[in-house]
Amino acid sequence: MSEIQLHINGKDHQINVDPNTPILWVLRDHLNMSGTKYGCGIAQCGACTIHLDGVAIRSCSLPVSSVQGKSITTIEGLSKNGDHPVQQAWIEHDVPQCGYCQAGQIMSAAALLEENAHPTDTDIDVAMNGNICRCGTYTRIKAAIKTAAKIA
Amino acid sequence: MSTIKTSLGRRSFLQTSALTGGGLMLGFSWMASCTLKTEEEILSMPNEWFEINSYLKIGDNGVVTIYTPNPEFGQNVRTSMPMLIAEELDMDWQKVLVEQAPFHASKYGFQFTGGSRGIMSRWEPLRMAGASARHLLKEAAAQTWNVSIDDITTKSGFLIHEGTGNKAGYGEMASLAATLEVPEEVQLKDISDFNIIGKSQKNVDAKSIVTGKSMFGMDYKQEGMLYAMIEHPPAFGMTLSAVDDAAAKAMPGIRDVITFKSYKDGFEKGGFDTNAFPELVAIIGNSTWEVMQAKKKLSVDWKPFKAYSETLSGFRGKQTVNIPAGLESTESHKTRMAELAAKPGRVVRKDGNPEEAFKKAVKIIEKSYSAPFLAHNCMEPLNAFAHVDGDKATIAAPIQIPGMIVSTIASSLGIPEENIEMVMPRMGGGFGRKAYGHYVVEAAMISQKINAPVKLVYTREDDMTNGIYRPAYQATYKAALDENNNLTALHVKAGGIPESPLFANRFPAGAIDNYVAEEWSIDSNITIGAFRAPRSNFMAGAEQAFLDEVAEEAGKDPIQFRLDLLKRAKEDPVGERNDYDAERYAGVLELVRDKSAWDTDRGNLNRGVSAYFCHNTYAAHVLDLTIENGKPVVQNVCCAIDCGIVVNPDAAVNMAEGAITDGIGNAFYGELTFKDGVPEKTNFHQYRMIRMSEAPKEIDVHFVQNEIAPTGMGEPPFPPIFGAVANAMYKATGVRQYSQPFLGDKQVLG
Ligand code: FES
Ligand code: FES
Repeated sequence: MSEIQLHINGKDHQINVDPNTPILWVLRDHLNMSGTKYGCGIAQCGACTIHLDGVAIRSCSLPVSSVQGKSITTIEGLSKNGDHPVQQAWIEHDVPQCGYCQAGQIMSAAALLEENAHPTDTDIDVAMNGNICRCGTYTRIKAAIKTAAKIA
Repeated sequence: MSTIKTSLGRRSFLQTSALTGGGLMLGFSWMASCTLKTEEEILSMPNEWFEINSYLKIGDNGVVTIYTPNPEFGQNVRTSMPMLIAEELDMDWQKVLVEQAPFHASKYGFQFTGGSRGIMSRWEPLRMAGASARHLLKEAAAQTWNVSIDDITTKSGFLIHEGTGNKAGYGEMASLAATLEVPEEVQLKDISDFNIIGKSQKNVDAKSIVTGKSMFGMDYKQEGMLYAMIEHPPAFGMTLSAVDDAAAKAMPGIRDVITFKSYKDGFEKGGFDTNAFPELVAIIGNSTWEVMQAKKKLSVDWKPFKAYSETLSGFRGKQTVNIPAGLESTESHKTRMAELAAKPGRVVRKDGNPEEAFKKAVKIIEKSYSAPFLAHNCMEPLNAFAHVDGDKATIAAPIQIPGMIVSTIASSLGIPEENIEMVMPRMGGGFGRKAYGHYVVEAAMISQKINAPVKLVYTREDDMTNGIYRPAYQATYKAALDENNNLTALHVKAGGIPESPLFANRFPAGAIDNYVAEEWSIDSNITIGAFRAPRSNFMAGAEQAFLDEVAEEAGKDPIQFRLDLLKRAKEDPVGERNDYDAERYAGVLELVRDKSAWDTDRGNLNRGVSAYFCHNTYAAHVLDLTIENGKPVVQNVCCAIDCGIVVNPDAAVNMAEGAITDGIGNAFYGELTFKDGVPEKTNFHQYRMIRMSEAPKEIDVHFVQNEIAPTGMGEPPFPPIFGAVANAMYKATGVRQYSQPFLGDKQVLG
């Protein structure tokens, strides 16, 4: 156990956990932020995607000790009112089916647009290939990313 | 206008006061995850609610809360079911809030999501609930204004009496309406008067989903809750022998390690109590991660079990199932399947004289198709919350059929069924897997044993290796052509481990004079269960790939070939038990032919067609595929569906797109193999799922327009896509596909 300082969605948190605990479980179990999802635990499905200093990472595979002093953004903090262009586009295209993968999809998409304001289909394929959706919403996700690029 | 009898659960006559202002949100239970569309709506929440029936309450300010009865796992029922109520209530959809009803069979009927039956089974009851509420509001207005009810009309949440110029919002009449007697019969709207049904309405949960609100079973939490995981045998055919828990118990944050049996001795299982591993080790601790780490330190001895048989009482009555002993492997499965496929099977249907027809045939085409076990891989792994407190239990779990598991929980815990309260959080996918609630029973047993609220979480590995898979199947088709290339006989023999996939009375039965259908099955201790369009998800692909090959041998266009058969089935059907409507079946083929511009040349595109009828809905696809750097790339899928009236069109399109994409993924990559009883894949580094770059570039969905009562959308577009992929692959490569998955782990063909 050790004291860990975290900066999440603009707020400071101090928690006492095993430093090897992946940030995913700190968010879900200790900080009651359950928007970030568990899907595989081995960086294969993208359900747990968050931003670390603006870059999309898989929170299931990153020990909490390694993110101290860095700025973390989760789905809950992507925008104040749920109106990030990606969130708006997701609603406009009515993307979600079960919705379980969508927080991770949105975080990956938002990081992509941050880096590349006008991604091509291939850019989208590359950036989103790490996010699995069993419901099969990929075509809507792609369309929504293009819409978000226009809103932003 | 049609009149129907009302039958509604008793009103509780509870007039609940809502909190106002800032305290409002506290007034909602965790499960409410109420859809508040705007800030304004929150502020304009009513001071008082009036329950008109179990499905809806009306606030004094005219806001309506609809309790949606069935659990949601992505089919949009939390939006489309309330639409049915709001339509007949004649309500402004923007002023409707949706809450998930709790599990309560006497109030809400069969709260089941599966079998593509949701909308179909609720089509009349939910409209009746809306219509009867509207009737009560009209009656309240008639009494208040002292006019005849027949002269009162409604419009978008308002009651109007033209003659006197009286007008009132539903909220003003709700308190009186809530006290009036429910009429014996109510009138339903004409389809042409629909304002909400048939118009695309956004998913009521979209905002909650995109902002990461807690809503899934996995997110459910309670004060003082502990976390638990289970350890199940590593192989099918094994059971618990002994456990050494010292090392695990010594790990930080661990409270206990226990062993338990899920069922009482002698318990008679229902059809959804399937469970390969009813005796388990559970490890309980303070947090998911700590439990996950300590689980690795468990040292458990397992032993092979002896063969046994059990009686299951399912939808199809009582059935005795034999569970053999032994550690099974895919290799031996394949050998056994080939053996049985070569022997005569059990004849299920026979028309005409197939033996004679095959003797006289000018050409005989015979092909065999096979498909492996599949894991459901819902993105949300199995999980369940349970708090057993004395003889009472509270459950919150992602479950497709709560009503089928509650009696099992009661039996296992030894408490009365009515002492179990269940809420139904959103499911992160179900696809049939979450119809089998053993994990809910397990959570309840653990909670009872440790006397604390507990959340059972399956790791992805636990989820993928626990069983209840789509079975492995095989089908052999044989066709006879005469000198004019007419299809004179068809022989289908299908089987699987451990069930046969055969539907003897489906197309092309009824379209061919000489027809015989046989089946076989092989017992297994690997458990199986419903998987998006059970059995159809294999038979459609096999049958539609075979028909494609027969059409080619007969020198006919594959769509015209099918249409000719359907024409025969319509005009002069063979046999009496054909379970499809040939005209509607032909309708989707004609629509897809038209919309895909089938008859015009599409350059380098390789097109495959496929159609199927299952779960009361007709679907046809035309799939265009190219090969790029050795990889098949799906360019476009054009899809035509006849599911009757489409309640929420854009959501229905989403379902079709999803089924198409999911089906392409399973056709290309889906496979679970076994070695000595051990599943050879445990997580997504091994189990290949379709990803963004492999999804179709475009999907184009069309619906047949008619006024037939709606049928399901969750499953029907899924099975035929397997055939469309196979047929397009043949066009692209010149090689027929007989064995799924078509690509497996390979990146490129060949
Ligand atoms: S849970 Fe982290 S990538 Fe799957
Ligand atoms: S929406 Fe269900 S897994 Fe993506």
